[in-house]
Amino acid sequence: MSCGCCCADTKAQELEQIIAKYKDQRGALIPVLHEAQEVYGYLPLSVQKKIAEGLNVSLAEVYGVVTFYTQFSLNPKGKYKINVCLGTACYVKGSGDIFNKLSEVLKIKNGECTSDGLFSLDACRCVGACGLAPVIMINEDVYGRLTVDDVPGIIQSYFDKEAESK
Amino acid sequence: MSEFVTLTIDGKEVKAPKGSTVLEAARSAGINIPTLCFLKDINEIGACRMCIVDVGARSFQAACMYPVSEGLKVITNSPKIRETRKVTLELILSSHEKKCLTCVRSKNCELQTLAKELNIKDIRFEGELQNYPIDDLSHSVVRDPNKCVLCRRCVSVCKNVQTVSAIDTMGRGYKTIVASPFHMPLKDTPCVNCGQCIVACPVGALREKSSVEKVWEALSNKDLHVVVQTAPAVRAGLGEEFDYPVGTRVTGKMVTALKMLGFAKVFDTDTAADLTIMEEGTELVDRIKNNGKLPLITSCSPGWIKFCEHFYPDMLDNLSTCKSPQNMFGAVLKSYYAEKMGIDPAKIFVVSVMPCTAKKYEAERPELASTGYPDIDEVLTTRELAEMIKEAGIDFKNLEDSQFDDPMGEATGAGVIFGATGGVMEAALRSVPYLLTGKDDDNVDIKVVRGVETVKEAEVEVNGIKIKAAVVHGLGNARKLLDKIKAGEAEYHFVEVMACPGGCVNGGGQPIQPASVRFDLDLRAERAKALYEEDQGSTMRRSHQNPRVLKMYEEYFEKPGGHKSHKLLHTHYVARENYPENLE
Ligand code: SF4
Ligand code: SF4
Ligand code: SF4
Ligand code: FES
Repeated sequence: MSCGCCCADTKAQELEQIIAKYKDQRGALIPVLHEAQEVYGYLPLSVQKKIAEGLNVSLAEVYGVVTFYTQFSLNPKGKYKINVCLGTACYVKGSGDIFNKLSEVLKIKNGECTSDGLFSLDACRCVGACGLAPVIMINEDVYGRLTVDDVPGIIQSYFDKEAESK
Repeated sequence: MSEFVTLTIDGKEVKAPKGSTVLEAARSAGINIPTLCFLKDINEIGACRMCIVDVGARSFQAACMYPVSEGLKVITNSPKIRETRKVTLELILSSHEKKCLTCVRSKNCELQTLAKELNIKDIRFEGELQNYPIDDLSHSVVRDPNKCVLCRRCVSVCKNVQTVSAIDTMGRGYKTIVASPFHMPLKDTPCVNCGQCIVACPVGALREKSSVEKVWEALSNKDLHVVVQTAPAVRAGLGEEFDYPVGTRVTGKMVTALKMLGFAKVFDTDTAADLTIMEEGTELVDRIKNNGKLPLITSCSPGWIKFCEHFYPDMLDNLSTCKSPQNMFGAVLKSYYAEKMGIDPAKIFVVSVMPCTAKKYEAERPELASTGYPDIDEVLTTRELAEMIKEAGIDFKNLEDSQFDDPMGEATGAGVIFGATGGVMEAALRSVPYLLTGKDDDNVDIKVVRGVETVKEAEVEVNGIKIKAAVVHGLGNARKLLDKIKAGEAEYHFVEVMACPGGCVNGGGQPIQPASVRFDLDLRAERAKALYEEDQGSTMRRSHQNPRVLKMYEEYFEKPGGHKSHKLLHTHYVARENYPENLE
């Protein structure tokens, strides 16, 4: 938090460079969005507005592309990024219920981030760990063969980790 | 001469110009292929697959996109084609909020017509209704995504014709929706309220923000003096709502119907159009003589004004400071007329009937209340007027003609043609010589500025002063011309801009004609004809000859561009942000 404004400035500069790099190329929008998301972690209104102006396309078109491709995010990601596999194997074994439980415990919907910035929740496609179905990932950690009852404990362990580090 | 190819459609030999589509060839041969997303010249993207035909390829092809070629064999009607189209339509219908009974577009809905034409008796799929919120926060346009069939006709017109791009398709799969970025309400976008999306929409997903109830209420309020004005283009469109052919002028019946609805006075906006010419012509002469900001650009079209405020804020000084005829009229009614008739302006309720949805937004502009009261209280579109006439049980077709009321019912031919592209320019050029020299020239019919060509130019010379004028319609065309002017590639003294293609006759508040009618008829040209006819038949054809207007100056406004007119008949503009900085 302490460096908020200067970070914002460097990020804005980086965005300008990205736009300048692609400006006159055909099909610039998607690569620019990708790189902008790497800088900001997500694509808020202000960033999409700059991209629209910079590439001379409408904001409606930019937003249309952002919402068409699942890899773009409109919301910031949490320190702990939770991905719930909704691939067929996991889904059949109840990952939908796990997702709902997470949503209930964290009070956020798909694609959103908790207000303290700790957790974000996303549904994802098959992560290739079907043997462990149903599976969720929190950053690099994989949790498999879950039941709905496991969810509160897992979330609590991250809260504990946070408390320890303080 | 274009080259022709010969093809067979359903066994019939058909000649068609090279480069045309199977759909065009079939229609010209009297063979009907159903369409939904196709709208001639506006949306030709092959999205809905309603128009599939067999061209001997592995899969069926969209006739609206498939080019004709020599020897091509096309089948438009077979059991398999019929079944495929039915499935496509039933899938659309399965997730459609089918509330025809209470839908604005019932009986004028292309989806309803298709269901009938394809003989749908049963919908075999159970789709999920999305229950999207309705956006009714704009003063002009209401969007109901639950009735949207995702044909993208509105998107194309907004993006390609108007170059506003306030809406686009968002998301993917069954969550696809046509919306504004970040699902903002339309009012927070650069939407200019032109309503071209409404008249392009095949279904009830887009409509105007209705004022019908408010007008009924005012009409039954005994304390109010409720008057109405009708814009020129309304008389050229209204008849279509009562099954008259496109381009039928129904001025007299319209006036009778308005009287029957209970309006105390029925006035003609054309009178204010004549007044506008006096003010705007004087402004032009003044700017030319005194090295003012040129080109002077017309300010009658509120869609264009908002477009300029969003996209060309550096050109706001070019805009004429004249209010639009609608608002001049309101201001006159609440000042001059109130005084003359001895009515408290607080009790005067001014309704305008306009071919335009942007007029609703204009009426709400806080700066347009120079008498201390809003110039205009409610705006009805041509369509809403038809709704009221029908609701009142008036047998429109059998009405006698009547005349507009005094003292604001007399207009010149110049005022009438305001409703078509080029009309304001022609009217101005009929009066500018007089305003410059006190004498008329011989030019009354200035035909070069008429018609649907995208940019029209004219040059007149008065007393050695050359006046170069240009006329554009449709905001995409306006954008091109403005960019040229800014780049120094074109130079004019006077430019007329109308937001809607074809001008007000084709405004977003006019009767909606289905794609099938627009396939054969150019609505812009047909409706404009009706206005030029009325002009031809007028005894007075120059605004400065209008005795009512001259009297208004004599009794009240003193002179064009004078102190009182500046206070009441002129306005100013503001630069606008295209989107808010942050979402609330
Ligand atoms: S849009 Fe057409 S089909 Fe849908 S409810 Fe309205 S009239 Fe009926
Ligand atoms: S009213 Fe005009 S500017 Fe607004 S969304 Fe419709 S077409 Fe676009
Ligand atoms: S709102 Fe109307 S015109 Fe626009 S995509 Fe939907 S159905 Fe088509
Ligand atoms: S695909 Fe031809 S009308 Fe839609």
